[in-house]
Amino acid sequence: MSQTAISFPGARDTGTHAEEAVAGTSLWRDAWYRLQRNKLALSGLVFFLAMTLACGLGPLFTGYTYERTELSLKASAPLQPIIERVGARKAGEPRRDGIALSTLEDEFLDKPEADRQAIAGKIAHGDTYRDSRYTYQLTSRRHLFGTDALGRDLLTRVLVGGRISLAVGFAATLVSVIIGVLWGAVAGFAGGKVDLVLMRVVDVLYALPFTVIVILLMVTFGRNFILLFVAIGAVEWLTMARIVRGQIISLKHQEFVEAAVSLGLSERRIILRHLIPNVLGPVIIYTTLTVPDVMLLEAVLSFLGLGVPPPMSSWGALLDDGARTMETSLWLLLFPALFFSSTLFSLNFLGDGLRDALDPQSSKD
Amino acid sequence: MRRMLVSLIGCAAAVVCCIRLFSTAPASSAASRTLQEADRAKVLLLVSGSEPRTLDPQESQGVLEHHIIIALIEGLVGGDEKDQARCVPGMAADWAHNEDYSSWLFHIGEDRRWSNGDPVTAQDFVFAYRRMLTASFGAAYADMLFILKGAEDYYRGKIKDFGQVGVKALDDHRLQLDFVGPTPYLLSMLQHSAWFPVHPATILKFGNIDTRDSKWTRPENYVGTGPFRIKTWRPNDVIEVERNPYYWDRETVKLNGIKFFAIENEMTQNRAFMAGQLHKTDTVPSDKVAYYRRKKPDLLRIDPYEGVYFYRVNVDRPVLKDARVRLALSYAIDREAICKNILRADQKPATGYTPPGMAGYQPLDKFNFDPDRARRLLAEAGYPDGKGFPKFTILFNTSDAHRTIAEAVQQMWKEELNIDVGLENQEWKVYLDTQNNKNYDISRSAWIGDFMDPVTFLSMWTTGNGNNDTNWGNPQYDRLIDESNHTGDPQKRLQILREAEELFLNEAPVVVVYWYTHDYLIRPSVRNWYPLALDNHNYKFIDLETGAGPEEKGSGRQARH
Amino acid sequence: MLKVILSRFLQLVPVLWVLLTLTFFLTKVVPGGPFSAERQATPEVIAKLNEYYGLDKPVWEQYLAYLSKVIRFDFGPSYTYQSDSVTEVIARAFPISLQIGTLAFLIALLIGITAGTIAAVNKNKVWDYFPMSLAMVGICLPTFVMGPILALVFCLQLKVAPVSGWYGLDYVPLHPAVMPALTLGLFYAANIARLTRGGLLDVLNQDFIRTARAKGLPDHQIIFKHAMRGGLLPVVSFLGPAFAGLISGSFVVEKIFNVPGLGQEFIKSVFNRDYPLILGTVIFFGTLIVIFNLVSDVAQALLDPKSRRSP
Repeated sequence: MSQTAISFPGARDTGTHAEEAVAGTSLWRDAWYRLQRNKLALSGLVFFLAMTLACGLGPLFTGYTYERTELSLKASAPLQPIIERVGARKAGEPRRDGIALSTLEDEFLDKPEADRQAIAGKIAHGDTYRDSRYTYQLTSRRHLFGTDALGRDLLTRVLVGGRISLAVGFAATLVSVIIGVLWGAVAGFAGGKVDLVLMRVVDVLYALPFTVIVILLMVTFGRNFILLFVAIGAVEWLTMARIVRGQIISLKHQEFVEAAVSLGLSERRIILRHLIPNVLGPVIIYTTLTVPDVMLLEAVLSFLGLGVPPPMSSWGALLDDGARTMETSLWLLLFPALFFSSTLFSLNFLGDGLRDALDPQSSKD
Repeated sequence: MRRMLVSLIGCAAAVVCCIRLFSTAPASSAASRTLQEADRAKVLLLVSGSEPRTLDPQESQGVLEHHIIIALIEGLVGGDEKDQARCVPGMAADWAHNEDYSSWLFHIGEDRRWSNGDPVTAQDFVFAYRRMLTASFGAAYADMLFILKGAEDYYRGKIKDFGQVGVKALDDHRLQLDFVGPTPYLLSMLQHSAWFPVHPATILKFGNIDTRDSKWTRPENYVGTGPFRIKTWRPNDVIEVERNPYYWDRETVKLNGIKFFAIENEMTQNRAFMAGQLHKTDTVPSDKVAYYRRKKPDLLRIDPYEGVYFYRVNVDRPVLKDARVRLALSYAIDREAICKNILRADQKPATGYTPPGMAGYQPLDKFNFDPDRARRLLAEAGYPDGKGFPKFTILFNTSDAHRTIAEAVQQMWKEELNIDVGLENQEWKVYLDTQNNKNYDISRSAWIGDFMDPVTFLSMWTTGNGNNDTNWGNPQYDRLIDESNHTGDPQKRLQILREAEELFLNEAPVVVVYWYTHDYLIRPSVRNWYPLALDNHNYKFIDLETGAGPEEKGSGRQARH
Repeated sequence: MLKVILSRFLQLVPVLWVLLTLTFFLTKVVPGGPFSAERQATPEVIAKLNEYYGLDKPVWEQYLAYLSKVIRFDFGPSYTYQSDSVTEVIARAFPISLQIGTLAFLIALLIGITAGTIAAVNKNKVWDYFPMSLAMVGICLPTFVMGPILALVFCLQLKVAPVSGWYGLDYVPLHPAVMPALTLGLFYAANIARLTRGGLLDVLNQDFIRTARAKGLPDHQIIFKHAMRGGLLPVVSFLGPAFAGLISGSFVVEKIFNVPGLGQEFIKSVFNRDYPLILGTVIFFGTLIVIFNLVSDVAQALLDPKSRRSP
């Protein structure tokens, strides 16, 4: 929802003209070296990769699916002992319900309080309890993160939600990078009238109230997952276009490019070998910082009820749920918030670290 | 480094100053002082839900508008303190009806005044009902008056002369209402704002009889007959009302004023109550019901409420055309699990459509959780074990509560019937359009009674009714409803209605889920707030107990459940 | 300079025209109309309402009619607030958003610049990471999570601020703008901190700072006298969009703290299909953003000696 503006120092000459081919690689090596020195940024990178991996593969190993409900379980706290209630049915297999120990007493509301506590105590102790309809038995089953209001495993939902949030973050950022880089590069390289027109368009779009347009789009076209990130991406590319244009313009007139031109290198080769590597730095930095922005925007849309359709979930939707119930079931907010903000933290630190690393001037100190 | 520190401190001081400047009262007073002061001043702090769209009784459609309007305008009769089916004199001091309840005579009290001092006359009511029935005015509840003789014809333009409609001012103080059939439930119905008077001179000052959205509802222009009159209206924030000095029964009025805060978000409502900014909330977030029940039972109340939550089924969809499929869907829902585990505020599993609580009307006991029967029905319809059942979608308007129930139902149908159901939520206006255009498979719905009679729930299911929206229609059902409108014997009439409901549920164009309760938080200092099935409280009876600290423990009275 | 400002002002016209046109046609494709309601009005009534509000005419005709009204600064009546015009709605809601926005802005600046400066001075040390992490808390939690948490602490535990409302509040120590402003301010503080740190680092690497250091000037003098001016440039360029964003983007906090500001009005107007109010608020926000961008550009030009020489 914010327009993250980042300042980039003037275009960087990737070294001296004579040895620019070598300098191209040494810039990255330098950057990598500097990044390694920045412990926070590095751990951000590692953490982020681990998180992506966990969300991608994790749900396969939790033993639960994100949509399977178990109403009797309700919102049970992390690691609550689960009691299994088996009831006879008229036909077919018996019905099995899980009940969390903390809400077990609610199942015997017809009994006086002392009896309720006694029964619950017995069951918790491991004894089997039978009444006219059901058999209660303590199990070894636990939910690491607890369950949500419909008795769904929160860990699974957080991981699956992470997939969506990360996917939206990346896809939307990709859309914004593609549009932004192309737009900015064309404007910067062509110059003149083309540049003027293209950048006026950006100016106009800059004046659009961002969120407002996304909301209008979402209401108009319904809640469509693809549209979600296209819409977000379509409004996030403006800054990218400006940055790239600025870089290209200043690079165009630098000696090493002019030298390349006078050497008779093809335009394509100039762009690919000389311009792109120089633009790449700012683009990577900005991309890293756009992803968390997009994820936040997705969360806000979820808050407004315009996020992904249920029973699918995203971190934004889980956070919204959690914020609603934080006084009674804190874990529903805590775990999604932990995952969400630590990911955003790591991305932000990574972005800042990259910025420091890719900025050759900072190497001078 | 020192200068940096100094300037930092300077900045901090500047912000602190800003905050001090912004502050309205000394920092020592606690927020709950708001409540103590309100108790002392006898100003009731209520919540109106979202911002009311209008305070014109004849344009309003929603329950929340109604709750404010009944403070400002009183109809022929007022609501009883304790029983929604009964009433107390309002603008009418007394009344009489003929033997079969088809003609009523109301005597408007001589001391009844508008809030600007004008006397209330029978002609004012004639004007109001003419306004309701003016088609070009477009009142949403116009059809509620169609039980008046000639009303529908006038509305449809078949008669031009309003004199032919069954509303007559015999003189300034005698109003005669003639109906197409017997209306034993009239006194309950008259408490609905569709039957409220409006001040003709004021309406005409700001437009014609059919001008919508005119400026007469602005606080400075508003004229009413109720125990209170409007003081300020801050959109999206608060509506304040104060005593109406011209109100005929001003001795009974106990409060000096009411503030209706427009707080839409139930979480914010809940927080505002706990912070001591409200006397009463509208609802309790479902996850907190158990908490309050255990920890603060003196603040929580759960009252019966005339409402039903159900799913509309589009019977024109090929797969849902078969009544057996619809019944199977109905039997496969474990309503008790939903009520007990999700809703948690004593909502009742809906075994029929019309909720319990209507005097003399026994609700149907038809739908219990019976998965075996559901599977059997589905097999009979040609889908043994859900095989070959095409995927369909549950539509609901965006809301956490609806989403949660839809997710649970989706899972139940998957587990019990082995059929795949999709979920689609749409934003409110889109959802309304989709439903009105019958562009859905199954759609989340609810109906809240307008008055205390089953017909308020059943009349909407006649063929082609604007609120039916299921494409379902049955001539026999229409006949039964029509017959009930012409039956004078109240007992027999209810029997006919029950027969109609039975027929309706046998064909199951709806899948009922639960019967509402009304759960809310209320401060112990609020007196005479009795459980009412339509939640329409006559504010003149409400009182605030002064003196007692609102949050003192031990002073808590027994919660009335 | 004046010429630049003037030409930028003239740009406002086409920008707003595009904005208006885009929004106008977008609202026309949105399903659901302003008069769809749960209890359906008869088709005749809907037709009459449509006629009354001119919604029965062809879309382009409506567009031209609207355009000609807007030129005369008439934004038409609101559909949701009966008897109120769009101008009246904006006039009563905007001051509230402005107060929240301004206070949030100050909070963001205070936290952001402080954290950013401390971090820049202590690059890659604990005192770099610590204030930056603190400042970043705001952008790592959405405002709809931060808001309720702050409400829980300040409104329910400490009872110093109201949970909801604006007018009609008595006996609450803090002004109702404080909590929403704090929530919003925390959100923007992170960006400002980052920009401050980045900007300062750039400047600190420059030769004239080196010279100053070599001359043996004390640290605080280098930072406040020499580095701050250039180092805060990127912050200044961010302030324009940030301020506009604060005001227009405040709808989430306005919703959480139930404040009758313009952000909430906009969201409601979209959900109510109040076409004139949607258009009115969008145009209003658009104008604000352009103006704030302009102001921040001018401020930047004034501060930056380089761009002053060659505008």
